[in-house]
Amino acid sequence: MYFETVAELLAMDGHGPYVWAAYGITFATLVWLVAQPLVAKRRQLRELRGFLRRTEGA
Amino acid sequence: MWAWFHKWSSPRWFYQLSGTLLPWLAVISLAALIVGVAWGLMFVPPDYKQGNSFRIIYIHVPAAAVAMAGYLLMATAGAISLIWRIKLADMVLKCAAPIGAALTFLALVTGAIWGKPTWGTWWVWDARITSVLVLFFLYIGIIALYEAFDNKEAAGRASAILALVGAVNIPIIYWSVEWWYSLHQPASISFTGESSIHPQMLRPLLLTITGFYCFFGWVLLLKVRNEILHRERSTRWVRDLILSR
Repeated sequence: MYFETVAELLAMDGHGPYVWAAYGITFATLVWLVAQPLVAKRRQLRELRGFLRRTEGA
Repeated sequence: MWAWFHKWSSPRWFYQLSGTLLPWLAVISLAALIVGVAWGLMFVPPDYKQGNSFRIIYIHVPAAAVAMAGYLLMATAGAISLIWRIKLADMVLKCAAPIGAALTFLALVTGAIWGKPTWGTWWVWDARITSVLVLFFLYIGIIALYEAFDNKEAAGRASAILALVGAVNIPIIYWSVEWWYSLHQPASISFTGESSIHPQMLRPLLLTITGFYCFFGWVLLLKVRNEILHRERSTRWVRDLILSR
């Protein structure tokens, strides 16, 4: 590892806030991107089941 | 050739194929991103000029590259849907736009955060940054245009035309750092000659670029599959699929 301690890794010689902010925003955006269609799929399957039950009159 | 084309454009067939592809894309993208980011953040030595702020490269460059490649994919899908009226292409266009917009947003934000300690400013109105901002507005415009029509066929056509016209922006972004004087540094990776980035810094970058491409494919497939289920909900195969699980 390049950094000797965790504190140094976090500080990054003063560039820490910039680097970690950039990575934090990226992480949050990627999680949101992948979570959104997964949640949508669950909701959609539930609705589709209801839709099929109605149209089939069962 | 035509049989192949029609098979490929069949939503049902695409749904099945993408189902087997999906776990691979997920695993490759997560592995490449985790290893690439950990490597870039902790093991690569800092840049001799920029110090540690250069580590933002491992998310900034992939986000920007995939935002542009995603636009080309979306514009191609738009062309296919305009010419051959293929439903699947229209779904790809619709589903790619929000992913591309998010990645363009990331490229702009991480670029601004990188610019502050490196150039001393968050933002400059130079050719590269301005043309990427235009890319962001194009994505937003395509999403908004698609939502603006009640008739989904008209929505698809209008968005496809906007996507095609906007494609002219991609070569402008790509060569902007060479055509105009800019604060932005030119490309570090060369496909034809030797890259100007040190191999030690390059290797994790190639990993995160791979990770972002696979991530785009992963999310795009998830969205397109939802769209297929929605549009084909009255067909027999979707009925069988839903009731069998």
